[in-house]
Amino acid sequence: MAISFENALGIHQKALEVRVQRAEVLANNLANADTPGFKARDIDFKAVLGSVQAGQQVGGQLTMTTTNGKHLPTSGNGEMSESNELLYRTPNQPSVDGNTVDTQEEVAEFTKNTMQYQASFQFLNGRFKSLNNAIRGE
Amino acid sequence: MSLTNIFDIAGSGMAAQSIRLNTTASNIANADSASSSEGDVYRARKPVFSAIQQDVMAQAMVGQTGELSASTGVQVQGIIESDAPLNMRFEPDHPMSNDQGYVMYPNVNVVEEMADMLSASRSFQTNVSIMDSAKTMMQRLLTLGQ
Repeated sequence: MAISFENALGIHQKALEVRVQRAEVLANNLANADTPGFKARDIDFKAVLGSVQAGQQVGGQLTMTTTNGKHLPTSGNGEMSESNELLYRTPNQPSVDGNTVDTQEEVAEFTKNTMQYQASFQFLNGRFKSLNNAIRGE
Repeated sequence: MSLTNIFDIAGSGMAAQSIRLNTTASNIANADSASSSEGDVYRARKPVFSAIQQDVMAQAMVGQTGELSASTGVQVQGIIESDAPLNMRFEPDHPMSNDQGYVMYPNVNVVEEMADMLSASRSFQTNVSIMDSAKTMMQRLLTLGQ
Protein backbone atom coordinates (compact mmCIF):
# COMPACT_ATOMS: atom_id res chain seq x y z
CA MET A 1 0.00 0.00 0.00
CA ALA A 2 1.40 3.33 -1.05
CA ILE A 3 1.57 6.18 1.39
CA SER A 4 -0.75 8.97 0.28
CA PHE A 5 -0.08 12.44 1.62
CA GLU A 6 -3.75 13.36 1.24
CA ASN A 7 -4.81 10.50 3.47
CA ALA A 8 -1.96 10.81 5.92
CA LEU A 9 -2.42 14.51 6.59
CA GLY A 10 -6.18 14.26 6.82
CA ILE A 11 -8.25 17.24 7.82
CA HIS A 12 -5.45 19.19 9.45
CA GLN A 13 -3.93 20.78 6.38
CA LYS A 14 -7.35 22.11 5.36
CA ALA A 15 -8.05 23.26 8.91
CA LEU A 16 -4.77 25.17 8.98
CA GLU A 17 -5.66 26.85 5.69
CA VAL A 18 -9.06 27.98 6.95
CA ARG A 19 -7.50 29.23 10.20
CA VAL A 20 -5.13 31.43 8.19
CA GLN A 21 -8.06 32.77 6.15
CA ARG A 22 -9.97 33.56 9.30
CA ALA A 23 -6.92 35.31 10.80
CA GLU A 24 -6.81 37.51 7.72
CA VAL A 25 -10.49 38.45 8.01
CA LEU A 26 -10.14 39.27 11.71
CA ALA A 27 -6.96 41.30 11.13
CA ASN A 28 -8.87 43.28 8.53
CA ASN A 29 -11.65 43.99 11.04
CA LEU A 30 -9.11 45.29 13.53
CA ALA A 31 -7.34 47.46 10.94
CA ASN A 32 -10.72 49.03 10.16
CA ALA A 33 -11.71 49.50 13.80
CA ASP A 34 -11.95 53.27 13.26
CA THR A 35 -13.33 53.34 9.72
CA PRO A 36 -16.80 54.93 9.60
CA GLY A 37 -19.45 52.62 8.18
CA PHE A 38 -17.21 49.54 8.16
CA LYS A 39 -19.05 46.31 8.96
CA ALA A 40 -17.13 43.63 10.84
CA ARG A 41 -16.97 40.30 9.02
CA ASP A 42 -16.21 36.75 9.95
CA ILE A 43 -16.43 33.28 8.50
CA ASP A 44 -18.31 30.28 9.80
CA PHE A 45 -15.33 28.02 10.38
CA LYS A 46 -17.35 24.82 10.52
CA ALA A 47 -19.22 25.57 7.30
CA VAL A 48 -16.11 26.63 5.40
CA LEU A 49 -14.11 23.62 6.54
CA GLY A 50 -17.09 21.46 5.64
CA SER A 51 -17.24 22.86 2.12
CA VAL A 52 -13.47 22.53 1.71
CA GLN A 53 -13.68 18.92 2.82
CA ALA A 54 -16.60 18.22 0.53
CA GLY A 55 -14.55 19.76 -2.27
CA GLN A 56 -11.76 17.38 -1.40
CA GLN A 57 -14.07 14.40 -1.69
CA VAL A 58 -15.54 15.12 -5.11
CA GLY A 59 -12.35 16.17 -6.78
CA GLY A 60 -11.99 19.89 -6.24
CA GLN A 61 -15.65 20.80 -6.66
CA LEU A 62 -17.62 22.38 -3.88
CA THR A 63 -21.02 20.88 -3.26
CA MET A 64 -23.88 21.70 -0.96
CA THR A 65 -24.37 19.40 1.97
CA THR A 66 -27.64 17.50 1.91
CA THR A 67 -29.03 16.61 5.32
CA ASN A 68 -32.38 15.31 4.09
CA GLY A 69 -33.29 12.76 1.44
CA LYS A 70 -35.58 15.29 -0.22
CA HIS A 71 -32.81 17.81 -0.77
CA LEU A 72 -31.85 18.29 -4.39
CA PRO A 73 -28.28 17.43 -5.18
CA THR A 74 -26.32 20.33 -6.67
CA SER A 75 -23.90 20.01 -9.53
CA GLY A 76 -21.50 21.77 -7.25
CA ASN A 77 -19.57 24.67 -8.64
CA GLY A 78 -19.97 26.37 -5.30
CA GLU A 79 -22.15 29.15 -6.69
CA MET A 80 -25.22 28.33 -4.67
CA SER A 81 -23.40 27.49 -1.51
CA GLU A 82 -23.58 30.10 1.21
CA SER A 83 -21.28 28.23 3.50
CA ASN A 84 -18.00 29.57 2.14
CA GLU A 85 -19.13 33.15 2.15
CA LEU A 86 -18.00 35.94 4.39
CA LEU A 87 -20.69 36.74 6.90
CA TYR A 88 -21.38 39.95 8.79
CA ARG A 89 -21.05 40.07 12.53
CA THR A 90 -24.11 41.03 14.58
CA PRO A 91 -23.11 44.12 16.56
CA ASN A 92 -23.62 44.13 20.30
CA GLN A 93 -24.21 47.84 20.49
CA PRO A 94 -24.91 50.53 17.94
CA SER A 95 -22.37 53.21 17.09
CA VAL A 96 -22.89 56.68 15.69
CA ASP A 97 -20.61 56.21 12.66
CA GLY A 98 -22.09 52.85 11.60
CA ASN A 99 -18.95 50.86 12.41
CA THR A 100 -19.68 47.42 13.86
CA VAL A 101 -16.17 46.46 14.95
CA ASP A 102 -15.92 45.65 18.64
CA THR A 103 -12.15 45.71 19.22
CA GLN A 104 -12.22 43.59 22.37
CA GLU A 105 -14.33 40.92 20.76
CA GLU A 106 -12.18 40.85 17.64
CA VAL A 107 -8.95 40.60 19.63
CA ALA A 108 -10.44 37.75 21.67
CA GLU A 109 -11.49 35.94 18.49
CA PHE A 110 -8.12 36.55 16.89
CA THR A 111 -6.27 35.14 19.92
CA LYS A 112 -8.58 32.14 19.99
CA ASN A 113 -8.02 31.60 16.30
CA THR A 114 -4.24 31.79 16.79
CA MET A 115 -4.44 29.15 19.50
CA GLN A 116 -6.55 26.89 17.32
CA TYR A 117 -4.09 27.46 14.49
CA GLN A 118 -1.29 26.26 16.75
CA ALA A 119 -3.33 23.21 17.70
CA SER A 120 -3.94 22.38 14.03
CA PHE A 121 -0.25 22.95 13.35
CA GLN A 122 0.71 20.62 16.18
CA PHE A 123 -1.53 17.88 14.76
CA LEU A 124 -0.17 18.38 11.26
CA ASN A 125 3.38 18.28 12.55
CA GLY A 126 2.54 15.05 14.37
CA ARG A 127 1.33 13.53 11.11
CA PHE A 128 4.62 14.44 9.43
CA LYS A 129 6.55 12.92 12.31
CA SER A 130 4.56 9.69 11.99
CA LEU A 131 5.27 9.63 8.24
CA ASN A 132 8.95 10.14 8.95
CA ASN A 133 8.95 7.26 11.39
CA ALA A 134 7.13 5.07 8.90
CA ILE A 135 9.67 5.85 6.18
CA ARG A 136 12.63 5.18 8.45
CA GLY A 137 11.01 2.01 9.75
CA GLU A 138 12.02 2.67 13.33
CA MET B 1 0.03 32.41 1.29
CA SER B 2 -2.44 34.63 3.01
CA LEU B 3 -0.42 35.01 6.21
CA THR B 4 1.64 37.62 4.40
CA ASN B 5 -1.57 39.54 3.72
CA ILE B 6 -1.97 40.03 7.46
CA PHE B 7 1.28 42.01 7.46
CA ASP B 8 -0.11 44.28 4.75
CA ILE B 9 -3.44 44.69 6.53
CA ALA B 10 -1.93 45.43 9.95
CA GLY B 11 0.66 47.66 8.28
CA SER B 12 -2.04 49.70 6.56
CA GLY B 13 -3.79 50.03 9.93
CA MET B 14 -0.61 51.26 11.57
CA ALA B 15 0.05 53.75 8.79
CA ALA B 16 -3.49 55.13 9.02
CA GLN B 17 -3.32 55.45 12.80
CA SER B 18 0.02 57.22 12.65
CA ILE B 19 -1.44 59.73 10.19
CA ARG B 20 -4.29 60.26 12.65
CA LEU B 21 -1.75 60.75 15.44
CA ASN B 22 0.08 63.21 13.22
CA THR B 23 -3.01 65.35 12.68
CA THR B 24 -3.73 65.26 16.41
CA ALA B 25 -0.21 66.47 17.18
CA SER B 26 -0.56 69.22 14.60
CA ASN B 27 -3.94 70.28 16.00
CA ILE B 28 -2.75 70.42 19.60
CA ALA B 29 0.44 72.25 18.64
CA ASN B 30 -1.61 74.87 16.79
CA ALA B 31 -4.42 75.09 19.34
CA ASP B 32 -3.40 78.66 20.23
CA SER B 33 -2.14 79.94 16.89
CA ALA B 34 -4.01 83.21 16.77
CA SER B 35 -4.84 85.09 13.59
CA SER B 36 -6.52 88.35 12.71
CA SER B 37 -8.59 87.17 9.74
CA GLU B 38 -10.93 84.23 9.30
CA GLY B 39 -9.11 82.97 6.21
CA ASP B 40 -5.68 82.68 7.77
CA VAL B 41 -6.58 80.94 10.97
CA TYR B 42 -5.63 77.31 11.48
CA ARG B 43 -8.53 74.85 11.43
CA ALA B 44 -8.58 71.44 13.09
CA ARG B 45 -7.54 68.70 10.65
CA LYS B 46 -9.08 65.25 10.59
CA PRO B 47 -8.13 62.20 8.50
CA VAL B 48 -10.87 60.34 6.64
CA PHE B 49 -10.54 56.57 6.88
CA SER B 50 -11.98 54.10 4.42
CA ALA B 51 -11.62 50.36 3.89
CA ILE B 52 -9.49 49.28 0.91
CA GLN B 53 -11.68 47.09 -1.25
CA GLN B 54 -10.13 44.36 -3.31
CA ASP B 55 -10.13 45.25 -6.97
CA VAL B 56 -12.84 43.71 -9.09
CA MET B 57 -10.44 41.58 -11.14
CA ALA B 58 -8.90 39.96 -8.10
CA GLN B 59 -12.33 39.41 -6.61
CA ALA B 60 -13.57 37.68 -9.74
CA MET B 61 -10.50 35.48 -9.76
CA VAL B 62 -10.75 34.39 -6.14
CA GLY B 63 -14.48 33.95 -6.65
CA GLN B 64 -13.73 31.23 -9.16
CA THR B 65 -11.51 29.28 -6.83
CA GLY B 66 -14.06 29.61 -4.06
CA GLU B 67 -11.70 31.53 -1.82
CA LEU B 68 -12.85 34.16 0.58
CA SER B 69 -12.56 37.79 -0.32
CA ALA B 70 -12.69 40.76 1.97
CA SER B 71 -11.40 44.26 1.97
CA THR B 72 -7.67 44.41 2.51
CA GLY B 73 -6.85 46.97 5.14
CA VAL B 74 -7.54 50.62 5.65
CA GLN B 75 -6.48 53.76 3.84
CA VAL B 76 -6.61 57.47 4.47
CA GLN B 77 -8.82 59.02 1.81
CA GLY B 78 -7.71 62.52 2.65
CA ILE B 79 -7.41 65.11 5.35
CA ILE B 80 -10.32 67.47 5.89
CA GLU B 81 -10.45 70.71 7.82
CA SER B 82 -13.09 70.93 10.50
CA ASP B 83 -15.90 73.40 9.77
CA ALA B 84 -16.72 73.92 13.42
CA PRO B 85 -17.17 77.61 14.34
CA LEU B 86 -13.95 79.48 15.05
CA ASN B 87 -13.09 80.68 18.48
CA MET B 88 -13.41 84.49 18.56
CA ARG B 89 -12.04 86.30 21.55
CA PHE B 90 -12.21 89.98 22.38
CA GLU B 91 -8.59 90.95 23.01
CA PRO B 92 -8.04 94.54 21.82
CA ASP B 93 -4.48 94.60 23.19
CA HIS B 94 -3.43 91.57 21.16
CA PRO B 95 -1.14 92.48 18.23
CA MET B 96 -3.24 90.26 15.92
CA SER B 97 -6.58 91.80 16.84
CA ASN B 98 -8.75 93.13 14.00
CA ASP B 99 -10.54 96.45 13.75
CA GLN B 100 -13.24 95.41 16.17
CA GLY B 101 -10.65 94.12 18.66
CA TYR B 102 -11.32 90.44 18.04
CA VAL B 103 -8.70 87.73 17.64
CA MET B 104 -9.45 84.47 15.81
CA TYR B 105 -8.38 81.28 17.51
CA PRO B 106 -8.48 77.84 15.84
CA ASN B 107 -11.53 75.61 16.26
CA VAL B 108 -9.39 72.94 17.95
CA ASN B 109 -10.99 71.19 20.88
CA VAL B 110 -7.97 70.08 22.91
CA VAL B 111 -9.92 67.63 25.08
CA GLU B 112 -11.38 65.98 21.99
CA GLU B 113 -7.90 65.80 20.47
CA MET B 114 -6.52 64.10 23.57
CA ALA B 115 -9.27 61.47 23.41
CA ASP B 116 -8.54 61.01 19.71
CA MET B 117 -4.86 60.59 20.48
CA LEU B 118 -5.52 57.85 23.03
CA SER B 119 -7.87 56.05 20.64
CA ALA B 120 -5.30 56.22 17.83
CA SER B 121 -2.51 54.96 20.04
CA ARG B 122 -4.61 52.02 21.29
CA SER B 123 -5.60 51.06 17.75
CA PHE B 124 -1.95 51.25 16.73
CA GLN B 125 -1.06 48.87 19.57
CA THR B 126 -3.75 46.43 18.47
CA ASN B 127 -2.32 46.38 14.96
CA VAL B 128 1.19 45.83 16.31
CA SER B 129 0.06 42.84 18.34
CA ILE B 130 -1.79 41.41 15.31
CA MET B 131 1.38 41.69 13.28
CA ASP B 132 3.33 40.03 16.06
CA SER B 133 0.85 37.14 16.16
CA ALA B 134 1.08 36.73 12.39
CA LYS B 135 4.87 36.64 12.68
CA THR B 136 4.69 33.92 15.34
CA MET B 137 2.27 31.93 13.19
CA MET B 138 4.60 32.20 10.22
CA GLN B 139 7.68 31.22 12.21
CA ARG B 140 5.79 28.21 13.48
CA LEU B 141 4.87 27.23 9.97
CA LEU B 142 8.53 27.33 8.96
CA THR B 143 9.32 24.66 11.53
CA LEU B 144 6.82 22.23 9.98
CA GLY B 145 8.25 18.74 9.66
CA GLN B 146 11.35 19.42 11.72
